[in-house]
Amino acid sequence: MKWLVTFFETGVGKKLLMGFTGLFLILFLVVHLVGNLQLLKDDGGEAFNTYAHFMTTNPLIKVIAYGNYFFLLLHAFVGISLAIYNRKAKGKRNAVAFKNPRVTWASQNMALLGMLILAFLFMHMGDFWFKMKTGQLNVVDYGNGEVKDLFSAVSASFKELWIVIAYVIGQIVLAYHLWHGFQSAFQSLGVNHIKYTPFIKQFGKWYSILIPLGFAILPLYYYFFK
Amino acid sequence: MGLNLKLKVWRQKNNKDEGHFEDYQVKADEDMSFLEMLDVLNEELVHEKKEPVAFEHDCREGICGACSLVINGRPHGPNAATTTCQLHMRHFKDGQTIVIEPFRASTFPVIKDLVVDRSALDRIIQAGGFVSVNTGQAPDGNSIPIEKNRAEHSFESAACIGCGACVAACPNGSAALFTSAKIRHLGLLPQGKVEEGTRVANMVAQMNKEGFGMCSNIGACEAECPKEITLQNIAYMKRAYIKATFSGE
Amino acid sequence: MTLESKIPEGPLADKWTNYKSTVPLVAPNNKRKLEVIVIGSGLAGASAAASLAEMGYNVKCFTFHDSPRRAHSIAAQGGINAAKNYANDGDSVYRLFYDTIKGGDYRSREANTYRLAECSASIIDQCVAQGVPFAREYGGLLENRSFGGVQVSRTFYARGQTGQQLLIGAYQALSRQIATGKVKMYNRHEMLNLVLVEGKARGIIARNLLTGALERHGAHAVVLASGGYGNVFYLSTNAMLSNATAAWKSVKKGALMANPCYTQIHPTCIPVSGHYQSKLTLMSESLRNDGRVWVPKKKEDAVLIQQGKKRGVDIPEEDRDYYLERRYPAFGNLVPRDVASRAAKVECDKGHGVNPTGLAVFLDFADAMMRYGRMEASKKGLVNLSDAEIKALGRQVVSDKYGNLFEMYEKITGENPYETPMKIYPAVHYTMGGLWVDYNLETNIPGLFATGECNFSDHGANRLGASALMQGLADGYFVLPYTIGSFLAHEISTPKIDPDRPEFIEAEKETKAQIDKLLSINGSQSVESFHRRLGQIMWDHCGMARNEAGLKEGRKLVRALREEFYKDVFVPGSNEEYNPELAKAIRVADFMELGELMIMDALNRSESCGGHFREESASPEGEAMRNDAEFAYVAAWKWDENEPEMFKEPLEFKNVELKTRSYK
Repeated sequence: MKWLVTFFETGVGKKLLMGFTGLFLILFLVVHLVGNLQLLKDDGGEAFNTYAHFMTTNPLIKVIAYGNYFFLLLHAFVGISLAIYNRKAKGKRNAVAFKNPRVTWASQNMALLGMLILAFLFMHMGDFWFKMKTGQLNVVDYGNGEVKDLFSAVSASFKELWIVIAYVIGQIVLAYHLWHGFQSAFQSLGVNHIKYTPFIKQFGKWYSILIPLGFAILPLYYYFFK
Repeated sequence: MGLNLKLKVWRQKNNKDEGHFEDYQVKADEDMSFLEMLDVLNEELVHEKKEPVAFEHDCREGICGACSLVINGRPHGPNAATTTCQLHMRHFKDGQTIVIEPFRASTFPVIKDLVVDRSALDRIIQAGGFVSVNTGQAPDGNSIPIEKNRAEHSFESAACIGCGACVAACPNGSAALFTSAKIRHLGLLPQGKVEEGTRVANMVAQMNKEGFGMCSNIGACEAECPKEITLQNIAYMKRAYIKATFSGE
Repeated sequence: MTLESKIPEGPLADKWTNYKSTVPLVAPNNKRKLEVIVIGSGLAGASAAASLAEMGYNVKCFTFHDSPRRAHSIAAQGGINAAKNYANDGDSVYRLFYDTIKGGDYRSREANTYRLAECSASIIDQCVAQGVPFAREYGGLLENRSFGGVQVSRTFYARGQTGQQLLIGAYQALSRQIATGKVKMYNRHEMLNLVLVEGKARGIIARNLLTGALERHGAHAVVLASGGYGNVFYLSTNAMLSNATAAWKSVKKGALMANPCYTQIHPTCIPVSGHYQSKLTLMSESLRNDGRVWVPKKKEDAVLIQQGKKRGVDIPEEDRDYYLERRYPAFGNLVPRDVASRAAKVECDKGHGVNPTGLAVFLDFADAMMRYGRMEASKKGLVNLSDAEIKALGRQVVSDKYGNLFEMYEKITGENPYETPMKIYPAVHYTMGGLWVDYNLETNIPGLFATGECNFSDHGANRLGASALMQGLADGYFVLPYTIGSFLAHEISTPKIDPDRPEFIEAEKETKAQIDKLLSINGSQSVESFHRRLGQIMWDHCGMARNEAGLKEGRKLVRALREEFYKDVFVPGSNEEYNPELAKAIRVADFMELGELMIMDALNRSESCGGHFREESASPEGEAMRNDAEFAYVAAWKWDENEPEMFKEPLEFKNVELKTRSYK
């Protein structure tokens, strides 16, 4: 297995990990957003709570969820260690910093963006996930047995201005991270093709705007219209 | 006509010296090349019995890869697809301040002033950037037809001049563009394909051993490369390396 | 001294084959015990070092660059000749040999030139196997183009960067041997002395350019592949650091310098733009395949262009003088380099030059763009196109062929050559002269070999386009690896050369003394300024056209300049550091002596031949006139500061008839 260790010692191996985990997390974002959009249903939270219940109890989803946590931590850990390594490899920097218009700001600040996302996730998880796991939520029954009332916790949180601001900022940071991350993941897997890559890049740009926008609408909607 | 320029030039006696900027005034002509402008400065310095500014250069035709310099923050200066020696002063304005620094990376230690040691790049080639064919073993040049486009793509990668601007431009100090250009140049040709697995494994390992940073797909290398080598090369290297790792024996 | 060329017996076509079958070999176990020093890592040096190491010799390779890949072979643009006859246009080894001999104005050795032509085909095979991405046809086979001075298509190329691609191939082969340890590479080391032990070349003194330390390196044989000396002229297409020091230090140890006056002036270079000019840039000769050279017929037009009041495109067709097509209808724009260069000089001397200095002619692609445009239109089945549309189609074809050259031209001059004709002027490009070598490529000093541009052997008085790459690689890959055996086979019992022998210590002292001397002068003028002045003297007195009075004057001036140099040069810094000024001072000091020798050789050779044009020896139409009765010999010079001595090696032509070179 030395060959595998050697592989992951190289930039190619490390970035392969980053690419794979990144793409997994990108997929997760879609699933998460689709579920969250239940919040827009005007049904007193039934659809959302049923969905939340399903997500936390289905054994298959549970496995995927733990995989997701693992990938997230791996992504963060490898990403941060890469950033530290690369800082050292660069050494002294030039006195004049030039910003080439062909180079995105996001691509040079992925570690910073990633750490901000991580901080946001701690807040986010502490707010909902932790409460849900530790039984701090009320329970409701829609006729299929008791489910936890995550909806009430969410709608209450989204009435707090600072939380809404934090969520919106979190999504802007995510958008920047995705702006580079989406297409970069493909490059890391060695996918760069004269015919297909322009499409991937274009799709990635729309993705990195629309997904975070979708997430950001929810707190704004609750804050202003509920 | 003529330009009055203020230069801020990085001066560093040797590798142990801390280094600092020094200011100079120089008069230049629009048709001069950037290096000829530095020649004028050096001529004046020598005339005043001062040490001239050390910088590397040779062919002054944009092909040997010896010239370097970070000019106002950009390796090889403000023009795309242009080496410093092919940069002409008509692209600067009268009265402009020009900051001149060496190529920076921990793998490129400064030797003196603007001269850095880029021998790590040679060692990457020595690790595997060749086709293992001895003199005299070759079959007829036309025995293996090579698709025109393929040969052209290979050429595009082979156009790398080994100047190291990619490393200097990269915020990570990565040599991925340089290394991958060689891997793709040889890998696209049937003659080079044969030993691609060992080549890519050895070259990537050497790149790591030298202490180059790891590519994070920023693309600053591609944006500053005087020979317009693209990120496609890096993707090619990744594919080849992944394939060599997981399918090789 | 009699010069033994050691040409093998037998018919011309069999000489090399017979030689290879009879030259003494060194057994593999003995090769391991032998060391060879190679100076230079360009095409000739890298290919030799790699090949010798593959054979089993222990090689030490030296370059003053930071990497072997920077050698100036890298800048060769157009291509490399080979007698493959892939184009099915009647090419053959004999024809390549004949073209080269004729192109060289019958001043090279038949046997060497024939061998070069014989080896040419293998070079292409070797390079393809190394992964050199040559241009290909749609069918996947190698593409050829034609080049100046020949009527077949035998030039292989990789866009306008053939030298780069071939050098990278050789550099890769060299890198492979460095990795195995068979080649020890000494980057940033400059050879400053040759060490002779009992009359044989046994090592060198090299200066580590980073630390200034003088190092002694011993070996059983020394190979010089250190390139040409065009930089004597200061302005040339050579790289800034190209120098003659390794060769010249050997000359000072007794090696003979052959035909130093043979300088190639390349017709298509970007003209000088100002006094600060540091070097000249070549525009590949391949441009003459499609470009038409002209000047205005009327002097008034030329004057208006010089003053910037008219442009080339303003001159109507009937007022243009396509002087090459007019004077040489058979070859037209594709006459050999020396002929094209002189013709440009003639037009400019008459006052028809087309830039502010009056020293430029037009190279025009307007016709080519229209011609290609019509071909493209017909291929695509387009009819009723306007001239502008046809030109646009043709422009694309021209751009595919010469795009990088056009870009380079625009970068340097700020003018767009698709819209306005290029301006070009001849510039010093290559030196056919060099160290005298015999058929083995061995100089008159046993154990000292010279390959590539560094020797004199294959191009006579003028080199054809795309032949320099051919010679460098033929010597390094296919000739020297055999011929060096003729010397080393007798050295198998010679133990490793001890670099602490008194000869090495003596040589090191000598070199140290030279360095100390240069540093101690502490005068008031820069090395660069001396080099510029030397170049000007050489260009004015020993340039494209030479005459007795001018040469005599030139010699005086060079001697005076040399004296002034040793009185008033200022070399900043010390020896014990990275000091590019000191390195330059040593090189310029050598150029000052070599320059004088070039003038003396030019003075001695009162005929015109190839790149050497003596005004006294011209036909009434101004064509060069050779004098075979008196000058069919190689002039090999032994250097002496006061009176260099000349030895003659008569040239015998048994397989070609000496004819007046005619391209009409």
